[in-house]
Amino acid sequence: MRNRTDRAYTTYSNKMEEFEVPKPPRTNYLNAEYGLKSWLLTKDHKRIALLYLGAISFFFFIGSLYAMVIRLELLTPQGDLVQSSTYNKVFTQHGIIMVFFFLIPSIPATLGNFLIPMMIGAKDLAFPRINLLSWYIYILGGIVTIYALLAGGVDTGWTFYVPYSTTFSNTYVIAAGLGIFINGFSSILTGLNFIVTIHTMRAPGMTWYRLPLFVWSHYATSLIMILGTPVIAITILLVALERLAHIGIFDPAAGGDPILFQHLFWFYSHPAVYIMVLPAMGVVSELIANFSRKNIFGYKFVAFSSLAIAVFGFLVWGHHLFVAGQSVYAGLIFSFLSFAVAIPSAIKVFNWTATLYKASISYDTPMLYALGFIGLFTVGGMTGLFLASLAVDVHVSDTYFVVAHFHYIMVGGTLFGYLGGLHYWWPKISGRLYPEGWGRFSALVIYVGFNLTFLPQFVLGYMGMPRRYHTYPADLVSWQVLHVLSTAGASILGVGLLIPLFYLTWSMRYGQIAAANPWNLPGLEWQTASPPPTENFLTTPVVTHEAYEFALPEHKQIVGKFERQKSVET
Amino acid sequence: MQSTVPLLPESASTLSGDVDALYFYLCGVTIFFTLLIGGAIIFFVIRYRRRNLFEIPRPIEGSTRLETLWSVIPLLIAMSFFFWGASLFYRQYRPPTNALEVYVVGKQWMWKFQHSTGQREINELHVPVRRKIKLIMTTEDVIHDVFVPAFRIKADVVPGRYTTEWFEATKPGHYHFFCAEYCGMNHSGMGGWVVVMEPTDYENWLSGNAGQGSPAAAGRGLFDSLGCASCHGANGEGGRGPALIGLFGSKVVLNNGQTLTADEGYLRESILNPQAKIVTGFGPIMPSFQGQVNEEQLLQLVAFVKSLSASKPETVSAKPPPPGAKPNTTAKPSATPGNEK
Repeated sequence: MRNRTDRAYTTYSNKMEEFEVPKPPRTNYLNAEYGLKSWLLTKDHKRIALLYLGAISFFFFIGSLYAMVIRLELLTPQGDLVQSSTYNKVFTQHGIIMVFFFLIPSIPATLGNFLIPMMIGAKDLAFPRINLLSWYIYILGGIVTIYALLAGGVDTGWTFYVPYSTTFSNTYVIAAGLGIFINGFSSILTGLNFIVTIHTMRAPGMTWYRLPLFVWSHYATSLIMILGTPVIAITILLVALERLAHIGIFDPAAGGDPILFQHLFWFYSHPAVYIMVLPAMGVVSELIANFSRKNIFGYKFVAFSSLAIAVFGFLVWGHHLFVAGQSVYAGLIFSFLSFAVAIPSAIKVFNWTATLYKASISYDTPMLYALGFIGLFTVGGMTGLFLASLAVDVHVSDTYFVVAHFHYIMVGGTLFGYLGGLHYWWPKISGRLYPEGWGRFSALVIYVGFNLTFLPQFVLGYMGMPRRYHTYPADLVSWQVLHVLSTAGASILGVGLLIPLFYLTWSMRYGQIAAANPWNLPGLEWQTASPPPTENFLTTPVVTHEAYEFALPEHKQIVGKFERQKSVET
Repeated sequence: MQSTVPLLPESASTLSGDVDALYFYLCGVTIFFTLLIGGAIIFFVIRYRRRNLFEIPRPIEGSTRLETLWSVIPLLIAMSFFFWGASLFYRQYRPPTNALEVYVVGKQWMWKFQHSTGQREINELHVPVRRKIKLIMTTEDVIHDVFVPAFRIKADVVPGRYTTEWFEATKPGHYHFFCAEYCGMNHSGMGGWVVVMEPTDYENWLSGNAGQGSPAAAGRGLFDSLGCASCHGANGEGGRGPALIGLFGSKVVLNNGQTLTADEGYLRESILNPQAKIVTGFGPIMPSFQGQVNEEQLLQLVAFVKSLSASKPETVSAKPPPPGAKPNTTAKPSATPGNEK
């Protein structure tokens, strides 16, 4: 057992007292109150996180169904599953649901909501009522959007490009836009809540540089949410006004400019990519550090790279317009800035990798997701450089190369971070352990399925297959071969995603009871019961240690209940 | 890559090889870094796997030197991408002056082409090999995009303005082109073929499709029928309105002191929205022709004004023709699409 003392200069075993037998705390946030009303009127950030978890999972499921239709349709060059008008609605609605109702709120609204107060030693977010309000706004936006889908759908693409969306589409553009418009306020309120909470509610001793990197990345995300989201709201409003009253903002016949729309749209929607991926980066920083039992390499570089991404992210929107009729000089500047924004992301990847050096790495499910994230994010990020390179972008923009690239960031990045985080904090959230074997297995299935789905799409894109195509020429044999591969991968991915849905649901009732600190970690969220009491900590913790300080457990003086329990073998 | 399942598009323009070279460089760097990161992760994960449930590794704080190294090296590599991509883009952005011009009008969901010699085509474009071709494009409705994968070119076609792209095909054949900007129901059907022909075949094709007035000739007809001559002179020599002879490509001084070069976009705007830019020395008296001319007629008027500038050799041949010639709007696709190559 002690054959590695060469680099392990201290161990838990000779410092720790007797292990306690895990037992559920008598009252916790889940059983403190009963009844539907206690959930719908809760001000507890943890319960609100669960409300979000349910709603977001629902939307993810709907979005996945649309993806399934897309992949099945593209098995053959002809349009033999659905009609073109239906297909156009399907990919539009896949995009709208996934972007606005899954990816953007996914990690911040569930894991962020649950964990930010716990990580900084607070009882709740700064504005618990606003937090609940943000969930209701999200639900209202969701209902309006679902109405748009059921009433007849929308076919503009999730990008709502004018003048198609303002003048030519006969679908429910305004209803869908209204849903997104409303949903945006939920994002703004969440961001505002996080910023105020992180500034004002840190426990004594929790200095900025002791914050877990998850909190740093959510801080950066919140900045984008409150600065960017109003712009998409204004843009959607202008589209609706133009559609209703022809005010002539975008219509060239009335003196407007259709490209102005694209500038406004991407001014939000490019930073929105960072709203999606920064929280996932925060999750991955937690996972890499904690499952290596090591402080993150270059903590400050990783923390400030999040802020750098948030700032630079606002200056690169024009790289979506290289072939749109934007001036060539604007193209040059946006290309340059887009390369600049890649550097902070590269810094993160290198630091995560360096953290693994001389670490003590376990192969638990969350770590598998984190390692998968780094690999997929590397591919997603590097292929972003193809798109920033002007002459190559001219060829691949609006093709499947772009589709593959952003799915590597969105799915390989955000979804992997989300699933990794969900598994990691599941014992804290539910008070139960998930089945580790199934966890590892499904992580592997998802990884394989994901790569098989989207790697062929890079090739397909460079070959010239445009995105948003219902049919494609039958004489191009390799196009169909690549589409078949992609669809095969998507079915594996789909099965892989169903497995956690089943075992996580199962574990809520039948899983093993989790200890307060099943992973043996120093983070504040683990220094209280699982599931936590409504007020999180029985007494306000006082922080005397750095983030990810594993080395000297006896120095972690945290006032209050401090249980350390043996991790339960699975 | 001549296998039955090729993984690269055909390479058939003067640009395509250069874009591919940058693409291969990007692929090489991507594969290198993916293997570097992936390899390091796999090595560390195996080498430093947890062997003892209670072991705590020695903390490592970080290293400013390493951080600098892995910021600067990626930055330098990224800059090499930037300069390479930008220089190719810049070269491609500047349209050649001696190109054969083709007017393109997109509409849901078809493409209309008109050659400067008058031939019209729908969803098919015949061009000679080894000759620079410049497309001057606009649309009657939503945004479209002309994308020819084999030539590695793509440009959006935007309502209310002219956009251009150019290419020089290097080998004869049939090449797919696509609409690459989502435009509604039949978006994926809005494509066709670029047929690249040997010059002699092209000449034959041209003569086989003769008998249609050139765009400039049709523009001349419109110039007369719309009454433009009353201000701009019977042959565009000017009067109450500015002279049109020699206008295209020249510097124009506006009444607010601004100077601009008269290009297609300027001519278009001056027809549709004459008050936007008033030439110095003239009054704001011209009425708007918005709604009286469609996109194709606009292009014909522009082509006519361009033909009045002697510096444009390829339009000189389009001699002013019988006045009142009506634009022929029916197209005659003349070749059947075949398989690529």
